[in-house]
Amino acid sequence: MNFRDKLAGEIEDPVVAGALENFKASVDAWSEAAYSRPRKAVKTARHSWRLAASWALGCVLAAGSLAGSLYERHQQQELARIAAEKAAQKAAQGLAPAKQSAAETVTDKRPTAAMNANGGDEDLLATVDSDVSRVVPAAMDPLAQLMNENGNE
Amino acid sequence: MTVEAAEEIAAQEFASIVESHRPQIFRFLLASLRDLDLAETLTQECFLKAHRNWKRFRGESSAMTWLMRIAINLQKDHWRNRRLQFWRHTQANAVDVNEASEWLPNGERNAEQQMLAREQVAQVWKSVESLSGRQRTVFLLRYVEERELSEIARATGLSEGTVKAHLSRALGRVRAQLRGTR
Repeated sequence: MNFRDKLAGEIEDPVVAGALENFKASVDAWSEAAYSRPRKAVKTARHSWRLAASWALGCVLAAGSLAGSLYERHQQQELARIAAEKAAQKAAQGLAPAKQSAAETVTDKRPTAAMNANGGDEDLLATVDSDVSRVVPAAMDPLAQLMNENGNE
Repeated sequence: MTVEAAEEIAAQEFASIVESHRPQIFRFLLASLRDLDLAETLTQECFLKAHRNWKRFRGESSAMTWLMRIAINLQKDHWRNRRLQFWRHTQANAVDVNEASEWLPNGERNAEQQMLAREQVAQVWKSVESLSGRQRTVFLLRYVEERELSEIARATGLSEGTVKAHLSRALGRVRAQLRGTR
């Protein structure tokens, strides 16, 4: 049975029926030509591009993480070095006043020893008094003078 | 009968099914997608799936209906995936409506008739393009593959009433398109 005859009962409009017949014939011709066309087995480049892109991305990520870890390590070493330098400086600054005070003690002890050698306790006390009076602040000077005027106290 | 002999017979049966139905499945997919490469790929996938499930085919429907059902499902999957991967080049491969309507058999027609036929085919393609996926499938199965309504219903998983309704709407579109050009 012809396609048009088949459609006759279904589609009353002859123009629509004719158009559908032409449509079917066109699809048939196109499909037949496409189906029988020679086919080439071509390796698609898309997969190789994908592979290359994934490799490149992987390499970039690996290099980035390596560079990041190296930088981090370098930073830590730098911080440790700075901390060590600071600690050394602090230690050096802490030792200097101790040495200075030790030296002063030694120099102060020399005249005392000399006086001891002279054997006078009163002299020693006078020296101590004069030492003490030396360190009295300026604001205390009038009081100190009063004490001298009143006698020993 | 030995297992090997049974398998041999099944393989021969399947080979004959492929030979007889492959052009029709390809034609249906080509008309649905208007993409040569994609139609070929989905045709291959269709027969691959059919081969895997050949042992489970009980012959309740015809082999053609069964194959059509697989092809329709593959096509649905393709559209679903393409919605997510819209940037893919598949759309670029789809043949233009005007280009698709260039194909006409060399019949006994004069130049004017050829031109008129080409114009009609282009109008039908345009109306097919505007149909929904289901309407398009039903329309192509009926007017290109010449399937019976019951077969279409089995292949699409729709009831015959729904198939008729889809066909009626699709024909309405074609009619309106053709009237617009008359």
